[in-house]
Amino acid sequence: MSDHSSEAHSHGSVKSYLVGFIWSVILTGIPFWMVMTEAFDKGPTYITIVLLAIVQIFVHLKYFLHLDFSEQGKLDTYSFIFSAVIIVMVVALSVWIIYASNAMMM
Amino acid sequence: MSALLGKLSWDALPYDPIVIGTLCVVAIAGCVLAFLLIKHKLLGVLWNDWLTSVDHKKLGIMYIVLALVMLIRGFADAIMMRLQLALATSGDPGYLPPSHYDQIFTAHGVIMIIFMAMPFMIGLMNIVVPLQIGARDVAFPFLNNLSFWLAVSGAVLVNISLGLGEFAKTGWVAYPPLSGLEYSPGVGVDYYIWALQISGIGTTLTAVNFLATVFKMRTPGMKLMDMPIFTWTCTWANILIAASFPILTAVLAMLTLDRYLDFHFFTNDGGGNSMMYINLFWAWGHPEVYILVLPAFGIFSEIVSTFTGKRLFGYKSMVWATASISILGFIVWLHHFFTMGSSANVNAFFGVMTMIIAVPTGVKLFNWLFTMYRGRLRVTVPVLWTLGFMVTFTVGGMTGVLLAVPGANYVLHNSLFLIAHFHNTIIGGAVFGYLAGFAFWFPKAMGFHLNVKLGKAAFWCWLVGFFLAFMPLYVLGFLGMTRRLNHTDNPDWNIWLYIALVGALVILAGIICQFLQLYVSFRDRAQNLDTTGDPWNGHTLEWSTASPPQYYNFAELPVVSDIDAFTDMKEKGTAYVRKESYAPIHMPKNTKAGIIIGALITAFGFAMIWHIWWLAIVGLVGSIVTFIARAYTSDVDYYVQPDEIAQIENEHLDNVAKG
Amino acid sequence: MSTTHMNTHDAHEAGAHHDEHHDTGGNTVFGFWLYLMTDCLLFASVFATYAVLFMNTAGGVSGKDIFDLELILAGTAALLVSSITFGFAMICAHNKNRSGTLMWLLATFIFGGVFIALEIYEFQHLIHNGNGPQASAFLSAFFSLVGLHGLHVTAGLIWMVILAVEIMMTGLTGRSLTRLACLSLFWHFLDIIWICVFTVVYLMGAI
Repeated sequence: MSDHSSEAHSHGSVKSYLVGFIWSVILTGIPFWMVMTEAFDKGPTYITIVLLAIVQIFVHLKYFLHLDFSEQGKLDTYSFIFSAVIIVMVVALSVWIIYASNAMMM
Repeated sequence: MSALLGKLSWDALPYDPIVIGTLCVVAIAGCVLAFLLIKHKLLGVLWNDWLTSVDHKKLGIMYIVLALVMLIRGFADAIMMRLQLALATSGDPGYLPPSHYDQIFTAHGVIMIIFMAMPFMIGLMNIVVPLQIGARDVAFPFLNNLSFWLAVSGAVLVNISLGLGEFAKTGWVAYPPLSGLEYSPGVGVDYYIWALQISGIGTTLTAVNFLATVFKMRTPGMKLMDMPIFTWTCTWANILIAASFPILTAVLAMLTLDRYLDFHFFTNDGGGNSMMYINLFWAWGHPEVYILVLPAFGIFSEIVSTFTGKRLFGYKSMVWATASISILGFIVWLHHFFTMGSSANVNAFFGVMTMIIAVPTGVKLFNWLFTMYRGRLRVTVPVLWTLGFMVTFTVGGMTGVLLAVPGANYVLHNSLFLIAHFHNTIIGGAVFGYLAGFAFWFPKAMGFHLNVKLGKAAFWCWLVGFFLAFMPLYVLGFLGMTRRLNHTDNPDWNIWLYIALVGALVILAGIICQFLQLYVSFRDRAQNLDTTGDPWNGHTLEWSTASPPQYYNFAELPVVSDIDAFTDMKEKGTAYVRKESYAPIHMPKNTKAGIIIGALITAFGFAMIWHIWWLAIVGLVGSIVTFIARAYTSDVDYYVQPDEIAQIENEHLDNVAKG
Repeated sequence: MSTTHMNTHDAHEAGAHHDEHHDTGGNTVFGFWLYLMTDCLLFASVFATYAVLFMNTAGGVSGKDIFDLELILAGTAALLVSSITFGFAMICAHNKNRSGTLMWLLATFIFGGVFIALEIYEFQHLIHNGNGPQASAFLSAFFSLVGLHGLHVTAGLIWMVILAVEIMMTGLTGRSLTRLACLSLFWHFLDIIWICVFTVVYLMGAI
């Protein structure tokens, strides 16, 4: 029956969800706190919140979306990595193209 | 604006005698078709066995029928343009006023790319890929049917624009601000938007469907690196579709918001940036050309290997070349707008990447040559197309490398040189490929052979016509003629424009041969039956089935241990083995839901175009409700019983033994 | 040919629903994951557009002027909590605990609903003050990006209701488990998009 097939996406335990949740709360809390209190300079704040967002994405992928490199799960992981590569290329190159042409019109 | 009919009024009806004439011909043809269907009592068959079918083979055939119908429409546009340009020389206005001519070149581009080439490619993929990987159907048969109807829905909207209102006058790329509300207040751009949007979503669903199919439903023993090369190229094309069509969806949605709700994405005022449209459009548009051409490369690979009777040279390098083309295809898109004036670094980066992409393409060409080397090439119609492709596409590829030089591009951009280049690659690459695949797999899909004489005539007309029609455009490009001109006044250009018209007429002869071939082959089908299912001594699993294949494809899933799985079976003597008994086969049932959703979405698109809001809501909500209702139907599948399988299989094996 | 199809047995009557070739559950979840990947690209395009247009305020307001981070923090918290409640719903579903599944789905629905309510409040407030999407390219991009995410969440909520009705009526069948697995992917995926939205749009905009 099909529950062994949805088993392919391992569904985690209460503990793993809680671990993911606590990490997410921390990783969401810090950037909000940094921006709302304006406790740091702009530069470090930018860098920190971007890094924390990236870390939090990985936390969600692992604990909530259960991506892994197991025999059943690796196809999902590879397709995600491929999409991420394409996204980085499309977004970064688009921004480069438009910012460079904006600069030419200054 | 009325609440009931939106912007629709009597003014939307055509007044142009050319359009009225066309509509009359279409109406007469439709009536004749309906009459024939009723006379031969085929309406029930059409509905039960075709329109509601979830069988990938039948959907594939319907896709190709759609492609051929749209080929006629798109080619009619082409010949009208060539005729206009041949007449409108030396200051003569010609017979097409600019407002009509502009719609024609837009429609030609949209139709040929989105509604001819894409359905043709997807049609071949539908027929062949599940058979090649030893699957009984695609992963989501209903979704496959729905995708088809979404493609039809888009095509229907484009064709409605002929009779009601107008089509876009913006060129097939529809750049804003020209395509914005300020400069295109009519419904033309809205037809463009909704036709592309609806069919594009269907295409995305197709890609998801086929990716799930090849990754999850390969027959036992078939590893990824055992998949036939056509399946591999289609898989990369599907990966590109899944990664690029959402960008088109997004950019069209933004243009829609600009036009319908006064947003400022691409407008001149309010801080909009129309260059972002151009950027995103080509971030889809460039992968799109590889989506078109990669499956064609796969077709040529299958043909070269089959008709030389050899294994494909460099299978692995072929797969990896396809992979590198796919990924590089995502970082070259700016070469479509070098002249936008981004920085020199940007232009240099994209220029270099574009030149690099020629390398894996070259790898493929050498692989085909080495496959033929010391082989005994049987010169059949599919092989003719392949050889024609190898010459033509190489020319097109080299002019592409010229265009990839940013400096040269500033001279050649938007000239007829560019038009010649992309027709050279799309006709010489993609269309020749699809026509080769059409000739190659026709006996498999239909059960009888195509007439060889007319096939060869069609090929020669296409090849000669292509060079006559497009080589002059290279010259005209160098002479400084830009694209989308309605009339010219330069005596140096005239002779080349006349030659191009002659070329278009020769291609017309090729298309006529193609349709004559279909008619003659169908008429004489009883003498030309393909009884064995393996007319060309094929290498891959599709040739192990009957022609046309059993509706369940494989009575037992074949176990595979080689890339050329069927050759391997024939050599080991495991092909055509009669089984004592068969297990029941699980199959999906046909469904009306796809065509109903397609009709409702067409109504939705039409209503959005004409601002008929009540109908838009009915269409959208209706299609969502239909989809949910379908999701909660339990009556979706059935089992084919062993005695029926045994009967069908034995009949096939008897035919093979006789043949 | 189709007439012969109809004579054969219906699969749902035959009972046994799965042979080796139609492992529909696994295929469906994988296919849905691939659809989510296409959705990623859709969001990426809108993100790229936002990145290009966010400075084009046409003399109007910028992000710093209009973003209410407390409101966004509240919405973020609601969405994050809804993620873990959905996780618990999945665990209950796999343990065949129907009432537990429904209860956690209800909790998820409430938190998701709070998120949407806050977003509607934010949008309504902005439009009321003359900062609607028509005011500038920045606001067009802002409303589209945040609104696209909001539309997805709304679709997820509607789907949740439909699925809950299914589970109430037919119990936790193989089919409803597969669909629950898809919705779970969808819901957690939207969370990831939201991380990008609050970081790129709100936090970076408010610095």
